[in-house]
Amino acid sequence: MSYTIEGDTGPWEVVIGLEVHAQVISNAKLFSGAATAFGAEPNTQVSFVDAAFPGMLPVLNRECVAQAVRTGLGLNAHINLVSRFDRKNYFYADLPSGYQISQYEHPIVGAGTIEIELADGSTRQIGVTRLHLEQDAGKSLHDQSPTQSYIDLNRAGVALMEIVSEPDMRSPEEAGAYLRKLRTILRYLGTCDGNMEEGSMRADVNVSVRKHGEPFRTRCEVKNVNSIRFVMQAIEAEAKRQIIVWEAGETVDQETRLFDSARGETRSMRSKENAHDYRYFPDPDLLPLVLDEAWVEGLKAELPELPDAKKARFMQEYGLPAYDAGVLVMEQATADFYETVARGRDPKLAANWVMGDLFAALNRTSRTIADSPVSAASLGRLLDLMADDTINGRIAKEVFEAMVETGEDPAAIVDRKGLRQVTDTGAIDAAVDQVLAANPDKLAEFRGGKDKLFGFFVGQVMKAMAGKGNPALVNEALKRKLAG
Amino acid sequence: MASVSELTGLSLVAAREGLRRRDFSARELTAAHLAGIEALNPRLNAYITVTPDLALKQAEAADAAIAAGTAGPLAGLPLAIKDLFCTEGVRTTAASRILEPFVPPYESTVTANLLRDGAVFLGKANLDEFAMGSSNMTSAYGPVENPWKRQDDPSAVLVPGGSSGGSAAAVAAGLALGATATDTGGSIRQPAAFCGIAGIKPTYGRCSRWGIVAFASSLDQAGPVARTVEDCAVLLGSMAGFDPKDSTSVDRPVPDYLAACRRGVRGLRIGVPREYHAEGLPAEIEALWRKGLAWLRQEGAEIVDVSLPHTKYGLATYYIVAPAECSSNLARYDGVRFGLREEGHDLNDLYERSRAAGFGAEVKRRILIGTYVLSHGYYDAYYLKAQKVRALILRDFTDAFTQVDALLTPTAPSAAFAQGENMDDPVKMYLNDVFTVPASMAGIPGLSVPAGLDSHGLPLGLQVLGRPFDEETVFAVGGVLERAARFTHKPALYAGETA
Repeated sequence: MSYTIEGDTGPWEVVIGLEVHAQVISNAKLFSGAATAFGAEPNTQVSFVDAAFPGMLPVLNRECVAQAVRTGLGLNAHINLVSRFDRKNYFYADLPSGYQISQYEHPIVGAGTIEIELADGSTRQIGVTRLHLEQDAGKSLHDQSPTQSYIDLNRAGVALMEIVSEPDMRSPEEAGAYLRKLRTILRYLGTCDGNMEEGSMRADVNVSVRKHGEPFRTRCEVKNVNSIRFVMQAIEAEAKRQIIVWEAGETVDQETRLFDSARGETRSMRSKENAHDYRYFPDPDLLPLVLDEAWVEGLKAELPELPDAKKARFMQEYGLPAYDAGVLVMEQATADFYETVARGRDPKLAANWVMGDLFAALNRTSRTIADSPVSAASLGRLLDLMADDTINGRIAKEVFEAMVETGEDPAAIVDRKGLRQVTDTGAIDAAVDQVLAANPDKLAEFRGGKDKLFGFFVGQVMKAMAGKGNPALVNEALKRKLAG
Repeated sequence: MASVSELTGLSLVAAREGLRRRDFSARELTAAHLAGIEALNPRLNAYITVTPDLALKQAEAADAAIAAGTAGPLAGLPLAIKDLFCTEGVRTTAASRILEPFVPPYESTVTANLLRDGAVFLGKANLDEFAMGSSNMTSAYGPVENPWKRQDDPSAVLVPGGSSGGSAAAVAAGLALGATATDTGGSIRQPAAFCGIAGIKPTYGRCSRWGIVAFASSLDQAGPVARTVEDCAVLLGSMAGFDPKDSTSVDRPVPDYLAACRRGVRGLRIGVPREYHAEGLPAEIEALWRKGLAWLRQEGAEIVDVSLPHTKYGLATYYIVAPAECSSNLARYDGVRFGLREEGHDLNDLYERSRAAGFGAEVKRRILIGTYVLSHGYYDAYYLKAQKVRALILRDFTDAFTQVDALLTPTAPSAAFAQGENMDDPVKMYLNDVFTVPASMAGIPGLSVPAGLDSHGLPLGLQVLGRPFDEETVFAVGGVLERAARFTHKPALYAGETA
């Protein structure tokens, strides 16, 4: 059932479009040689170009262009071989030149699509309208002095990709899925680290509501929301606000709003004062950007396998269910980890271990897959120890916990702790005899037809063998003796 | 030892020969120019900033290089630098109050090229504020006096033209052997014509714009002014060249322009654009133009009538495109990071006060025009339309150059006018650029050559226009005109001579 919000007049549909600003991973800024590292001392990564000194000129950083093209290819989008940079003019203290260089009329990337997956397992195609390159502004610090604002230009001129979606999303869940999927793709491509807390990925959310079957109504733009959770909350809050406005017989004004996450509501940014006329025009300091088709093809050939393709391959090659494959490809590092474990082993068992015991251990130890206490190779060796009957599944759990704690190789742990499973049929027979002798009443019940007691006997034998008995051999011995 | 006027009267090429022959030292040459500046600049106001100590130090270094045999092509030659070029450690004002305290921590590419070749910088030459003007009357540091006088009215103070008025006046008066200048709609060629010297605006992209205070980025182009066409060729050879720091700079080799000056015009086809026979063009300018064509014909060129039908839209188009770009380029002068700041009670107030106090009337007028033509709802009607017309202007020239190798026109519709004249109406002032603007819009090279005097004894220039990056043909034509015109007249005010 599709998502709606119930108003006094009945259900309302929510229409959502997203504009994502993704900071490009590059060593230097979009039009200057200054560095881009996050967290540097204020104003230490600023060139005369970034500070807009007289006579300074922008020179386009080709690596940023390559990153935008890679991203466009990753979004199955059309690459425009000719694009152009425009100036967006406005005055602000963190915008030294008085204009932002952006791509207004002719973006480098045209229409594309992102496939999102929802909790119920269904998928949807969300349209990407365009992607363009632009400069970031500097940062205004208003809390350093009671009377003055401080300006940090480290970020000024850093390359951003603005990725604009079609108004194709219909629920907060879809918007969240879109952002997560976009972030996954950007990380796979290595074009943006997708880190919303550090501000390297920010979202402007366009929200409107309508009755089923209606054309679009007026939208509002909620600016600069900095987490996926807040995006989802902001959509719901803004949609509810608009429904109240419409149902009161008033009209929603097209305006820019801010999301107050503490209060869970959106607030107007006083649209009149911000009614800029940006006076866009082509930047005369820069020539049109003309890409060589062969160069684009070269970038395409070097693209990594992307999540959708990888998921399909995992399902096909490893026989994984869609859910498992989807979870494993969410992050490139997880997918790589999984493949290292699965290669030459039971792929479903490998998936269970990665998604089960490993994820639980990472959660518990607050680690990521990249600094996992258990390497993919050693998890693989643990699976091997099970496959060659050195240990059984129960012991494997114990060994794994030791691996998480010490980082030791599983075989070493097995040796040190004497966990090697017992396959000596004599020892197993002896243990079985001992258990049967100790439980004459249960034996009588079993023989009297209570088949369910078989499990009890297995448990008792394993207990007697400190868990190390080979389960198959134990079963076999028990069956033989019980049939006795 | 040579007298001041003997040294300041030399052409740049002759001075270079003199230095090589050790007839005099670079220090003597520079000192003579500094003496001339000291005597005349208080009156002419051609320099905003004079840097005698720096100049003498550079001259001594040049003498050492000459002695060591390592001298560059411009070693020891004293130049004036238009105060639009950023010079490391030397104040750069753009003739604006808003940059009054600005000392750049970097050297423009063009001036760095000149320093690389051994040039001596005497100081920073006056100009119209941000290079916006045709008379040098808009400078925040006062107007420049043209060293030329009307024979029949010697008390009238004439303008040197603009915007490179300080550069042209300094060179004309012997206060520099040559100077850097910039041309956006005629700012090299018109002042050169008004001051009886030569000046070339090369093809857009020939000289780097890096480190030159921007006026209108798609039009601004640096070039030299000097007393002879050959001097211009030598200077341009040093100034020009590809610069990866300017995305609009073009990566082509710099040819031997000096050699091109001596090529002659035999076999060349020279076009006469019919639309330049403007209504109201003084008869003596028409006559000089015909004389110029006759000189070229005598030297073996063929004269061909051509049409540039969109010429009449040139000025109107220019006064949309240039202000539009300037309104954006000048947004950075906001009182926040450098230059003049007038404190305000909030950010907008600081902007308003700083910009109100820092910019002069003409600059404000152009910022307003430019802001208007880029505004929402007007962009298509003004800026976009202007760019389309600009493309047609370029096509006119491209078509003409399929028939001819160069064009000859007058440089300006009048000789130098007096301070105060043409001031009542900005449009009248803008008309000064009517012959120079089309080449700027098309980005093609244009050279002004001093060709004769009018009935008041004031210099007049002829303009040679050429194909993009064919400065060589332009110099070839200019060289022939210069030799035929034998323009050896000196202005009333000249270094080392009593005024």
